[in-house]
Amino acid sequence: GPLSERPLMEVTLGELHTWISTCDFSPQGLLGTVQRAWNSYYAKYINVRRGGPAGISMLLAGYCLLSYSWNYQHFKRHRWRKYH
Amino acid sequence: MNLSFFDQFMSPSLLGIPLILISTLFPTLLFPSPNNQWISNRLSTLQLWFLHMTTKQLLTPLNKKGHKWALIFTSLMTFLLTINLLGLLPYTFTPTTQLSMNMALAFPLWLATLLTGLRNQPSASLGHLLPEGTPTPLIPALILIETTSLLIRPLALGVRLTANLTAGHLLIQLISTATTALLPLMPAVSMLTTSILLLLTLLEVAVAMIQAYVFVLLLTLYLQENI
Repeated sequence: GPLSERPLMEVTLGELHTWISTCDFSPQGLLGTVQRAWNSYYAKYINVRRGGPAGISMLLAGYCLLSYSWNYQHFKRHRWRKYH
Repeated sequence: MNLSFFDQFMSPSLLGIPLILISTLFPTLLFPSPNNQWISNRLSTLQLWFLHMTTKQLLTPLNKKGHKWALIFTSLMTFLLTINLLGLLPYTFTPTTQLSMNMALAFPLWLATLLTGLRNQPSASLGHLLPEGTPTPLIPALILIETTSLLIRPLALGVRLTANLTAGHLLIQLISTATTALLPLMPAVSMLTTSILLLLTLLEVAVAMIQAYVFVLLLTLYLQENI
């Protein structure tokens, strides 16, 4: 289909910057993107009849990574010191 | 080496958004609203089972009027349990280690139970200040003691949760620092400390669950006296 309506996984690398220029970066647009992304993740990994621990574990691992990046400015000052 | 052991309880901000906001809102992602299929997915089934068990456990002792409190007790229980358990993951922030948040939860709920009792059945609520069968000379002292114990309840609720979680996190950090520091010097002692750390982590998981349950259970008990 036309470039602006294809989902991200079907866009080739060469036309990536064109695709980004057709994106809607208003607050409603971003919110819609986040909602679609979450719904597709939820439908694929969690909302299955016989799911396993993988869906929630990926979410928790992502949360740990997010917390790490949020605290990074603080961590980078932790160094092994010879004398305290 | 950490600059100080209390740094883990600071709430850092990135781009103006404090981490405590994300830590408080993240549990909503873990509890998707069940759709109207009977069996949708394993996560919903587990959560519904857990909610039924908790609701039955908390609300059986209450009379019919107390069942209006079902939603707030169950949601509070789930909220505290999730936040406490999520705080045990590495690098995460636990909002319930902040006294401000626990007092904000404990004080209004306790006050609500007290005012419910004073409004609907004032003499019965005041009657709780004097246990049955006290010898007559002791009555004034006992009323003072019971009033103090009544007024200290919100403080106890908030501080209990804060202190348990803060102490647990601090212990984990201290023992893991000891393990890391001992590893080049005395590896055998370091292994012993690692086993202590594993046991402590199990304890902390238990404490996280128990403290959430105790918080809500005490509120149901305070409600039972007053409704």
